[in-house]
Amino acid sequence: MHPSLIDLVHISKSFDGELVLDDLNLSVRENSFVTLLGPSGCGKTTTLRIIGGFERPDAGSVIFNGENITDMPPNRRQLNTVFQKYALFSHMNIAENIAFGLKIKGKSKDYIQDKIQYALKLVNLSGFENRSVDSLSGGQQQRIAIARAIVNEPKLLLLDEPLGALDLKLRQDMQYELIRLKNELGITFIYVTHDQEEALTMSDTIVVMNQGYIQQMGTPEQIYNEPENAFVADFIGESNIVDGTMLHDELVEIFGAKFACVDKGFGVNKPVDVVIRPEDIDLVKPSEGTLTGIVTHLIFKGVHYEMEVTTPNGYEWLVHSTDMFPVGQEVGIHVDPFDIQIMNKPESEDEEAVGVNE
Amino acid sequence: MNKKKTSLLALPYGLWMAGFIAIPLFMVFCYGLTDRSGTFTLANVLAIATPEHRKALVLSLLLSAVSTFLCLLIAFPLALILRGRRIGRGSFILFVFILPMWMNFLLRTMAWQTLLEKNGVINALLGILGLPALSIINTPAAIVLGMVYNFLPFMVLPVYNTLAKIDDNVINAARDLGAGPFQTLIRILLPLSVPGIISGITMVFIPALTTFVISNLLGGSKILLIGNVIEQEFTRGSNWNLGAGLSMVLMIFILISMTFVAKYDKNGEGTAL
Repeated sequence: MHPSLIDLVHISKSFDGELVLDDLNLSVRENSFVTLLGPSGCGKTTTLRIIGGFERPDAGSVIFNGENITDMPPNRRQLNTVFQKYALFSHMNIAENIAFGLKIKGKSKDYIQDKIQYALKLVNLSGFENRSVDSLSGGQQQRIAIARAIVNEPKLLLLDEPLGALDLKLRQDMQYELIRLKNELGITFIYVTHDQEEALTMSDTIVVMNQGYIQQMGTPEQIYNEPENAFVADFIGESNIVDGTMLHDELVEIFGAKFACVDKGFGVNKPVDVVIRPEDIDLVKPSEGTLTGIVTHLIFKGVHYEMEVTTPNGYEWLVHSTDMFPVGQEVGIHVDPFDIQIMNKPESEDEEAVGVNE
Repeated sequence: MNKKKTSLLALPYGLWMAGFIAIPLFMVFCYGLTDRSGTFTLANVLAIATPEHRKALVLSLLLSAVSTFLCLLIAFPLALILRGRRIGRGSFILFVFILPMWMNFLLRTMAWQTLLEKNGVINALLGILGLPALSIINTPAAIVLGMVYNFLPFMVLPVYNTLAKIDDNVINAARDLGAGPFQTLIRILLPLSVPGIISGITMVFIPALTTFVISNLLGGSKILLIGNVIEQEFTRGSNWNLGAGLSMVLMIFILISMTFVAKYDKNGEGTAL
């Protein structure tokens, strides 16, 4: 087990009286790839800026490698940031940009030269030393921003939506590139994004945030397959979130039909939220389904068909399937027990506020 | 609209250019390169080499340079402070700085005359406090003061403009890479604001170099700048040929500083006033 590299302890921060982070606690292990994921305004960027030293928390402390760095200015922190929109120095060429941190630290010319070559090779931009910043494409600028950060050999690299300004294809390429870089360098990455696919692809650990709270922290599989609340389920991928009643362990009633599930310990006759991913719904003959409904909508999406199946109570189930059922056909809905995810209903208004109602 | 009709729209501007820029400029050249009888001569231009004219030109260059430098010294920190403010508050401070520009230039300069006079407001105040009186009026220092006061906004605005355009994250990136506040200033903020500084320098230096009002009002009639010499040739001496010839020399200096700007401010960033 790796020791933790950075700990955020009881961090609170508000801007103009508006609470952005509320008593946030987060611990990041050395050599992990952690993604802070959430909608805009959830506090993820503020969290990153507090770690980077660009914001000071109103309360709480930042512990880095066992040292309290809450009040340390950014230039003295042993970590580097890759900024949104790259923030390269436009009055310097590529080599000078990469050398900036090393020059400040007073490294020798030879050392700096070696590092520039090494970093450019690492980001596949060898030979770009004398190019100007303006002559580079967005993707190339982003690679230089990464190179500029990693030559300083930080223990921790912070990335603030670094791929946000790139087009889809480039973004996917860069995702693989980042994973490769992380594995080659052995640096801890903390990555901020609002793109759930990006988070699922790259991270060891995803921290889902909303309205200043951590909603759930876990591996991509845990976050996707076992969302802890309706917000996480809704934010990560598409899902059907319906009201249900937990009759007893491993049996839940949805819209009057009984579904077998694998969850236990919710009590007897307890109202719960039930999450079922669209790809986990099997459409079968009406006689074989637990619920029946009519296909009311059909779109071809390439990999699969997206359908809406309306049950007699009026709920429209979102279904992804490689089998096509025409609009108007009556179908049965079947869900395997392990594909049903049961969640407690929010108990207080406070919890409700961080739910799907926003 | 076809091309011909569109170009017709430029006619008023074309007439304006011809009537108030091209023709006067042409006339300056005509006068400058002829003597009273109308024969061609370079004497008027070469007259700059006479000791009194040379002295006036050197003094003008010196005082303008000092004023420009002082403006930059005041404007850069001010622009830095303005940059750090929230947008609303920053523009209020900027507004306060530009406010005097709404008053008549002559009036402002005459106000300084009253303030600086031997028995003026400042010396009266110093007298009340028991301090020795200042005799700034009619000295080069008074002229520099007048220049800095009048032309400071022309330095603040372009410098502030370029500084304000620098992305916060560029500064954060410098800090992140280990640069302290001073290093960030020297290595990032200063180089990135060069276009604004250059444009500010010309916008202060050129009017300071050609002014005769400030030196008239605050320098008495003792201190002659090249602007005063030219003015006198046109008004009192009524030697238009010599005045035009000296103006041409001054134009050369202005052209030099304009080329300087064109070289450093390719994108016109600093001139976005």
